Amino acid sequence: MATTIDQVFVNLKLWAVGLFPAAWQPLVSALLSIIAIIGVFATLFAITTILERKGLGRIQNRYGPNRVGPCGILQPMADGIKAIIKEDVVPRSADKLVHFLAPVVLVAPVFLVYSVLPVGRNMTPLDLDAGVLFFFAIGATTELAVFMAGWASHNKYSLLGAMRAIAQMISYEVPLLLSTVPVIMAVGSLSTVRIVAAQTGYVGWLPRWFVFTPWGLAGFILFVIAATAESNRSPFDLPEGESEIIAGYFIEYSGFKFALFFLGEYLGLFAVSGLAITLFLGGWSAPLSFLTWIPSWVWFFAKLLAMIGAFIWVRGTVPRLRMDQLMNFAWKFMLPMALINILAVAVWRYLPAGFWRWPACAGVVWLPYLALGRGLAGSKRVTKRVYRYAA
Amino acid sequence: MLGEGILKGMVETARNFFGSYRSRERLVTVQYPEERLPMKENARNFPFLVYDGVDAEKGLRCVACKICEKECPPQCIYIILERDEKGKPQKHPKVFDIDLSVCMSCQICVEVCPFDAIKMDTEFELSCADRFGGLLVHKPQLAKSNEYYHQLHPADAEEVDARLAAEKAKAEAKAKAAVAPSTAKPPSVPRPTPAK
Ligand code: SF4
Ligand code: SF4
Repeated sequence: MATTIDQVFVNLKLWAVGLFPAAWQPLVSALLSIIAIIGVFATLFAITTILERKGLGRIQNRYGPNRVGPCGILQPMADGIKAIIKEDVVPRSADKLVHFLAPVVLVAPVFLVYSVLPVGRNMTPLDLDAGVLFFFAIGATTELAVFMAGWASHNKYSLLGAMRAIAQMISYEVPLLLSTVPVIMAVGSLSTVRIVAAQTGYVGWLPRWFVFTPWGLAGFILFVIAATAESNRSPFDLPEGESEIIAGYFIEYSGFKFALFFLGEYLGLFAVSGLAITLFLGGWSAPLSFLTWIPSWVWFFAKLLAMIGAFIWVRGTVPRLRMDQLMNFAWKFMLPMALINILAVAVWRYLPAGFWRWPACAGVVWLPYLALGRGLAGSKRVTKRVYRYAA
Repeated sequence: MLGEGILKGMVETARNFFGSYRSRERLVTVQYPEERLPMKENARNFPFLVYDGVDAEKGLRCVACKICEKECPPQCIYIILERDEKGKPQKHPKVFDIDLSVCMSCQICVEVCPFDAIKMDTEFELSCADRFGGLLVHKPQLAKSNEYYHQLHPADAEEVDARLAAEKAKAEAKAKAAVAPSTAKPPSVPRPTPAK
């Protein structure tokens, strides 16, 4: 029974594909996957917008949206209708073609990267040998879209936003990639399916997820920080910076294109969260050995929602960074830590399995963390300001 | 240690999050159309015309002197003086319009009116679908009774009433004096200013 429910979508797809002549089957199979991905993740986007607005409201001791439908749960629909029926304004001086293409270029690749995420047992639309590489290669095109939007709008704020976005995304791409290297080293494969398979076992009733090793925890935290920066979320939302450059690169977008930018941003967030789950949180595997009867896809989406909740929580807590702090953090902290983490996984790999590799590996990560943290803080010690000219 | 402050902040926001479900006192929001905060005594929004008695048309205090029209910074008041058949001015406005979409609630019209005829209202729920005609209010809509003014700004209204009554009494006394000049004192001669 448990396996039937676990494999229900796989079997459903097999059955649907079987209805078509053999020559059509690959195409139909791909189409079904695409429909499923778009349907599921667009719905998740709607759910997330309401969760985010409600959650942020509560964090700030407000109610959040509570007018549309019971407790405001129909708010995403109202937002969607509003976005669709709004006037679509294109600035006269804008580069019309690029202005139009930017949101499309942003959203299309984000849907592509879902194809390598294993959302359940046997539920990877595209099991590539270089899945992680594919993910990052496609994911990097969002930078192009962001700059297209900023440049084509012919607006100083949008260009500033786009420049900030490029600087930030390229800086954080490095630690993002480097923080995944330990996992790839430990597993010895770039295939997302193999990475999840390596984490499915249990020690007693505890899972063997990579996040429960010292290098895995460090890698996970580094990855999540870099992912936050990559998806332009607070506290790394400088490219949008409502209070500074209004909306940054999508300032000149309205109506449905504006909604597409939001969609792209959130879908990017889900995609990197999904990858973080795949790499560090055991993908679709259950957190405790006696919970394996719950279908694997439930676990994946539960973890995804938990990640989204954590992102909302961080957004409600941490204020926006300054540009120099952002860059310092990327190059003086994230990059060295990611490199040290690679060393840590090497220590872990070559020490004999047993108790002693835990403190050894933890020390390799922890001591540089303390030192780097002190270095970051020490450079900007707060002193009492001395007024030399004013009395 | 790096990251300590962030963790502390996260605990604080989590406390806010769960606290707002546990105790309603934390929530600062006023659920507006159902709940309302009481209006402040000196709240003001747009002007209205005061009338005394029961007849809005006859009791209007405004004498169409057009001072407010001239003083209004964004020029949103429009007045036409009433004249009788012979063209004699009637001390009464025939037309008194205020364009609320232009009015900036500065209260200057109230300050300059020598007859206490125009005062500030507190009504703010004025949204309408027609942004040109809908916000251009005319004399019948503008005229509100003195009792209404008493409800809105009791202290101010009391003061205005007292002053108007005093002025009226003074005017009556003067009129009486004019009717019986023999009993009244001769007009005092202005004293010459002392030389320096
Ligand atoms: S409201 Fe006052 S200032 Fe304005 S026209 Fe009437 S009497 Fe004159
Ligand atoms: S409140 Fe100010 S802007 Fe409005 S009518 Fe009076 S003078 Fe004009």
